[in-house]
Amino acid sequence: VILTMHNDGASIQQVLAEMTNQRTVPNVFVNGTHIGGCDATYQAYQDGSLQKLLGDNQITEPYEYDLIIIGGGSGGLACSKEAAALGKKVMVLDYVVPTPLGTSWGLGGTCVNVGCIPKKLMHQAALLGQALQDSRKFGWQYEEQVKHNWEVMVEAVQNYIGSLNWGYRVSLREKSVTYLNSYGEFVEPHKIKATNRKGQVTYHTAETFVLATGERPRYLGIPGDKEFCITSDDLFSLPYCPGKTLVVGASYVALECAGFLAGLGLDVTVMVRSILLRGFDQEMAEKVGAYMETHGVKFIRKFVPVQVEQLEQGMPGRLKVTAKSTEGPEILEGEYNTVLIAIGRDACTRNIGLQTIGVKINEKNGKVPVNDEEQTNVPYVYAIGDILDGKLELTPVAIQAGRLLAQRLYGGSSKKCDYINVPTTVFTPLEYGSCGYPEEKAIEEYGKQNLEVYHTLFWPLEWTVPGRDNNTCYAKIICNKQDNNRVIGLHILGPNAGEVTQGFAAAIKCGLTKELLDETIGIHPTCAEVRKGEGTA
Amino acid sequence: CRCRTRAAAVGTGRRPPPSVRALAASALPGKNEYDLLVIGGGSGGLACAKEAAQFGRKVAVLDYVEPSPQGTAWGLGGTCVNVGCIPKKLMHQAALLGSSLKDAQHYGWSISQPVHHTCVQNYVKSLNWGHRVQLQEKKVKYFNIKGSFSDPHTVRGLTKAGKETVITADNIVIATGGRPKYPVHVAGALEYGITSDDLFWLKESPGKTLIVGASYVSLECAGFLTGIGLDTTVMMRSIPLRGFDQQMASLVTEHMESYGTKFLKRCFPTKVEKLKSNRLQVTWKNADLGTEETDSFNTVMWAVGRAPDTKTLNLEAAGVKTNSETGKIIVDASEATSVPHIYAIGDITEGRPELTPTAIAAGKLLAQRLFSQSSELMDYDNVPTTVFTPLEYGCVGLSEEAAVQRHGSDNIEVYHAYYKPLEFTVAERDATQCYIKMVCLREREQRILGLHFIGPNAGEVIQGFALGIKCGATYPQMMKTVGIHPTCAEEVTKLHITKRSGLDATVTGC
Repeated sequence: VILTMHNDGASIQQVLAEMTNQRTVPNVFVNGTHIGGCDATYQAYQDGSLQKLLGDNQITEPYEYDLIIIGGGSGGLACSKEAAALGKKVMVLDYVVPTPLGTSWGLGGTCVNVGCIPKKLMHQAALLGQALQDSRKFGWQYEEQVKHNWEVMVEAVQNYIGSLNWGYRVSLREKSVTYLNSYGEFVEPHKIKATNRKGQVTYHTAETFVLATGERPRYLGIPGDKEFCITSDDLFSLPYCPGKTLVVGASYVALECAGFLAGLGLDVTVMVRSILLRGFDQEMAEKVGAYMETHGVKFIRKFVPVQVEQLEQGMPGRLKVTAKSTEGPEILEGEYNTVLIAIGRDACTRNIGLQTIGVKINEKNGKVPVNDEEQTNVPYVYAIGDILDGKLELTPVAIQAGRLLAQRLYGGSSKKCDYINVPTTVFTPLEYGSCGYPEEKAIEEYGKQNLEVYHTLFWPLEWTVPGRDNNTCYAKIICNKQDNNRVIGLHILGPNAGEVTQGFAAAIKCGLTKELLDETIGIHPTCAEVRKGEGTA
Repeated sequence: CRCRTRAAAVGTGRRPPPSVRALAASALPGKNEYDLLVIGGGSGGLACAKEAAQFGRKVAVLDYVEPSPQGTAWGLGGTCVNVGCIPKKLMHQAALLGSSLKDAQHYGWSISQPVHHTCVQNYVKSLNWGHRVQLQEKKVKYFNIKGSFSDPHTVRGLTKAGKETVITADNIVIATGGRPKYPVHVAGALEYGITSDDLFWLKESPGKTLIVGASYVSLECAGFLTGIGLDTTVMMRSIPLRGFDQQMASLVTEHMESYGTKFLKRCFPTKVEKLKSNRLQVTWKNADLGTEETDSFNTVMWAVGRAPDTKTLNLEAAGVKTNSETGKIIVDASEATSVPHIYAIGDITEGRPELTPTAIAAGKLLAQRLFSQSSELMDYDNVPTTVFTPLEYGCVGLSEEAAVQRHGSDNIEVYHAYYKPLEFTVAERDATQCYIKMVCLREREQRILGLHFIGPNAGEVIQGFALGIKCGATYPQMMKTVGIHPTCAEEVTKLHITKRSGLDATVTGC
């Protein structure tokens, strides 16, 4: 079809654009399957998919699997189970490269093993420490001496994680998903090499692939970091109490870990290069930090470590950290039992043979660019979860993306993952829940004059009896005046912020406006009811 | 407006003839001392008074607490602050902290065996004072007297010193609330029993306690008493939590049983006697077995419902109509009674939810309509609420029964899940009753009619979802909402098993 020879060429082009996201010509279809433009056709020829579509089945053997997923984390497992439930033959490869200190774990990925789950449980342990203090004010009497035993906690947490690992393996088996505890890398189009712990190699082919390898903690790249420091990959299964700890970084991982370590009674210092919780609302981030400071966490601002030396071996040993100011020649030295690095995470995309099959990554951060259907530049390769470029690094997002992807691929669905207004919570000692825009971002997008910010400080009823931390809990909503005062950002700092934020996120999804917020009756007495009737900033 | 009528009268220089003036002395606007008189200084009354004062109006509040039969009385602020939500939630928190002490040991904390004592009263007293101060700041005149109508614009009462006070107002709001009922045919009930009005002010631990009734007040009190280590029994005649979703209500009581609260089901008391030991001997009938049983307790508490506090108001003098069965005041959508300038808000009104935030919102909106040209009416639909039992139960919208009744069981879809809060795993706590149920219309967009949640922090969880339901949330919208991991609230966004399917609704893994 040559568009310029048609009277309604323009509207055909429009329809094509809607169907294929491509306005340019040539726009190539083979037997109703969209290939793309000129480059994509060449690409399809090279990777063999063109031949396959043209019915050249004699030269390509049928694939062993319909779908192979590299990475058995939350997203990968969700996708595999959904695809298998839709009758497809599915394989999941999962392999944990041990940390420099040798820590490794089972099936389930970051969230279950070294992320959300152990973090929330240790946060709970710290909250219970606070509850013990509060309980005296509420009339409970017991001996003054209260001690925390790290080993008991780690064992309990790891036992629970172990049961989850096992549960995942069982559920894969039940759903007839093949699970391989091997490292996967592409060796040619539609084909991967899988290497297990013993070095045994097998090869597998599939029609479609999903990359879900996730991320691992970044190291500082300074003398002593890999030898003597730990990351969140090590912390949750650490067989001994970390003692006096330096946390390097101000990511949510850094602040959450620093928060619960301090809550368990440890001496904790956070070394921050620039700002806290980059990407989050900065007013909230500073309040999170301030609360931590009043609860005993020390902050060293505008310093970066340049060297870590071991003074003494042990469990824990003693480490000397040398740090340099980011603003001048000033040098700081400090002694710690443990140094925890939490300066960010890197996508595991550079050693899985992506260049072999031509999958493009963002060279700067190693992340994988995808279209709104999680498809990479190589049509039979998709990617989900933390390795996506410009998307959110959250378990529920990966799960949703994985499940919807399988439904689109094999269930005739057209539902796409919605990355807008995704709520999240930082489990610092005072939890911080947010949904939608940070204030800075909202101002950038809509202009200050078009926004109204309502905010309030509040004092949870449960804190009045122990008489603690008045004027620390804070809530803020950001409304777009141009759009019926629609709520475009919600930020809550207070106990149970995660539980509180979830429902509000659902309401924002349903188009919540300030007017409706005002009309809704609160539940008395809860923290969640405070969001109503706030004063204007 | 009071000022304007006066100015007009002066301007024209005309006065009505004396006979007319006498007849209408207190009936004409402009002749009264106050723009607004609020009878009852509870949550609703105070909110209404303060809001009106903010508009520059002359406002008075009457509040008087008739001591309970056991002699308990308290200050300004009403039920919620003194003998309701606030002390209840604090006692609930004390009980939760008891569970925390147990949990903490699984999380690595080592502590010795705890013992309990009470200290919540101090906090309640400081809150009263706070309310009084707020009234002064907002220039609301406060009278600590028990008022009764002498005509539609006049309320009289005696001060503690015995001095008669007469207050006239253009608009009057009745917000006197309710008080616990006593059973009428149980000998010794009034003499030996207490109610929630007394419980929070007891100087000593109530000891082994029997609570009669299965209202939310009963279950909440029984829950925290059990939680602080007391031997607690609930005696219920028929169903628990009448008016609430009955599946949820059974889960709540089931959990309480496993938590240690004892239940005497299908039983009703016949007499209470005082023994020489000062213990109270209660005799009751078991309706199922037809037997008579007896046991002794340190404390017997009645939680058999609440009655409106209207008897002493002399409502006939004002012509305000009440429902003869319930004794509650009949109001229209604008909270007006049968007498147009007399309004009623809060627990005293017929057919309205008995909830503090509802009374507050109704009071504020009423003041805005009266004095600030607002026409916004109170919306009593989809009001969320939470029962603070040991495992909390939060809900908004219709119960499953009500949805079936209204729409027919073929036209509703119920999504449900049994889930396990992450924190319960390490603490080795039983999560059998942690359950979520969402009742939706079955056709088209599957609009959500009701949401029910049992689990920790149910109050905090349900609040935001109530907003969503207010926005007309549908099942697909709820499913499009991404969860916050790991929370209990995220389970609401993951509900996918329908009751109709008969599939196992137990949530597994992440």
